[in-house]
Amino acid sequence: MSKLPKPEELARNISFQTPAKGWMDVKPDFRPGTYCNAAAPKWMEWVGYPFPRAWSVAEADWKLPPDWKEIILAGMEDRLKRFRSLKIFFDICVRCGACADKCHFYLGTGDPKNMPVLRAELMRSVYKRYFTTAGKLLGEIAGARDLTEDVLKEWFFYLHQCTICRRCSLFCPYGIDMAEMTLLGREMLASVGLNIDWALASVAQCYDKGSHIGATPQAFKDMMDFLAEENERITGITTPPSYNRKGAEVLFVMPSGDYFADPGTFTMMGYMLLFEYIGLDYTLSTYAAEGGNFGWFVSHEMGKRLNVKIYEEAKRLKVKWILGGECGHMWRVCNQYMPTYWGESPGFLEEPVSPITGTRFENAKVHKMVHISEFTADLIKHGKLKFDTQRNAHIKLTFHDSCNTSRGMGIFEEPRYIINSVLPEGNFVEMPPNTIREKTFCCGSSSGINANENMEIRMLGGFPRANAVRYVQEKYGVNHLGCICALDRATLPTLVQYWVPGMECTGITELVGNALVFPGELERTTDLRDRDLEGFGEAEETEEEGDE
Amino acid sequence: MQLRELLTQKQAPILSRWRQLVFDSYPAQTAVFLAKEQDRFSNPVGYRLSQGLKTLFEALVHGGDRERVEAGLDEILGVKAVQELAPSQSLAFIFLLKTVVRQELAQELQDSRVAGEFREFGDILDGVVLLGFDIYTRRRERLCEIRVEEVKQRVSGLLRKAGYDLTNL
Repeated sequence: MSKLPKPEELARNISFQTPAKGWMDVKPDFRPGTYCNAAAPKWMEWVGYPFPRAWSVAEADWKLPPDWKEIILAGMEDRLKRFRSLKIFFDICVRCGACADKCHFYLGTGDPKNMPVLRAELMRSVYKRYFTTAGKLLGEIAGARDLTEDVLKEWFFYLHQCTICRRCSLFCPYGIDMAEMTLLGREMLASVGLNIDWALASVAQCYDKGSHIGATPQAFKDMMDFLAEENERITGITTPPSYNRKGAEVLFVMPSGDYFADPGTFTMMGYMLLFEYIGLDYTLSTYAAEGGNFGWFVSHEMGKRLNVKIYEEAKRLKVKWILGGECGHMWRVCNQYMPTYWGESPGFLEEPVSPITGTRFENAKVHKMVHISEFTADLIKHGKLKFDTQRNAHIKLTFHDSCNTSRGMGIFEEPRYIINSVLPEGNFVEMPPNTIREKTFCCGSSSGINANENMEIRMLGGFPRANAVRYVQEKYGVNHLGCICALDRATLPTLVQYWVPGMECTGITELVGNALVFPGELERTTDLRDRDLEGFGEAEETEEEGDE
Repeated sequence: MQLRELLTQKQAPILSRWRQLVFDSYPAQTAVFLAKEQDRFSNPVGYRLSQGLKTLFEALVHGGDRERVEAGLDEILGVKAVQELAPSQSLAFIFLLKTVVRQELAQELQDSRVAGEFREFGDILDGVVLLGFDIYTRRRERLCEIRVEEVKQRVSGLLRKAGYDLTNL
């Protein structure tokens, strides 16, 4: 008969408690809620990825190919040659621990292997064993270990508990970039057929049909037409989009989240209103209908495969330059990787110049693409937009700096400038300084891990962000969380439902759409979400009743 | 209520020890971090757990207002419901308060009147565990609900276009 445990024993027997064993001997606990499911073989077949097979993360046998170890080690050797950064990051870390408590996954889970220093060590230890003399000779004493199936499983577990947000690298005195290591680690996992379903399904759909959600060109057009109708219904302004129009000045590319999922759809309506207002000569492409790039979360090769259609389409349509919607990882891929993926700065595009203000976007000289926040802020700065900020009076906002646009790309001021222009004074409140701008906390669900089955780990990864949001909700009565990232608009609503009930999420261009004053527009009584503006609807009725 | 006075007097050491026991359920390095880092935004778990324990303790000492007790429990169990798999592990911290009080008031509990009050306090804590179970379950239910919500949300634009009322799906 087994003995009943005392509360003390239960409390101290939490599953991830580190026993007296060293970290190399502690295996990850694959319990439901903490991991993403294995990719279905059909997605891998669609994109021609190696070793498609049905396997389950929860089972002991991952059905690896017989020569998996040789493949991984050859892959590591190849990447050490191609990416000098990887070799430096492996060699240079002095275990100072500056990064240890900066990762949102560590802060949420308390699992030491989510300290970036230790997460990197999972791969570094294998590098040492096979690629350094000290590791080959001294083994574990030199921090080296054999590559085993358990080690590979550990990579899979923890490399999918890193959202490539790079907060750790901000605090690293050497600037070691965990994001780059994670990306290359995931590439190696993919080389032996270890992919996660949510990311690879999105990749396969995008590769095959054109968007992560698997929408066909017809569905894309259908949805855009619907959003234009919605704009007309609410504002009285027609905002007809143009599709695949050759010779347009600008190709506008946005993430598919902006036309399929609320609240992104309201941001899309905002883009359309803005473009109509300034008379922008733009076109949408049913081929380059996805700015997001889950391929980048799987491998650079797949990132390139999905990204290349943007330049291809710009070339075919003979546009002058490209304008990008509110998206984080899309923006990082386009800004930092796209010309490299393409091979050179595309000569068929021009250095972007705003047709309205004449501003030359010198920062986009190489990739020829401008972010909507830069574009809109420039319009406001030149006094080209007329706003009625009272239409956003019901919105008390705080702003979440999305990792890729802020820490990755330095877009800090533009969205704040727009926000302050479209909201009544006093309706914008910053979160505490150590949770915004360069030090922003990730949403906890980026980099292709916004699946459904790993909800617990997502809630924990996003907890530091939610904790700061709750602070401004309680202290200042903030009711909206703004962002310029489609993944944030997809995942933050879920995060705040758990941690900060009552908080709504919004894109910034949605607020622009609310506030823009058109000549000949209908009297606005609601915002783009059909919610009553202050002074209208229920609020007004209550006032009238009170008057009587 | 002599016990209540004693608990109020010794609130700081009791809370400190209780908090440390809760932190000690984490890996050693993490337990140190949770106790040491004082910035509430750099250490959200440590802060929320500490706040929850404080709210809960004060509510218990000052008359056991149910709403305050539940607020304290929710603060802690919101975190634990996503960190740990077993409800028993998540709720065990409540019983630890008995151990802590026994240690901190070892001498005072020699007095039979205080000991009697402590037995009643123990009964109240048992009730708190039951409330905790409700809250833990509510948190887990919420997690399931938001999973479903998110699935709908992913194609919410399409559903809206097709005329569905998302709140009634």
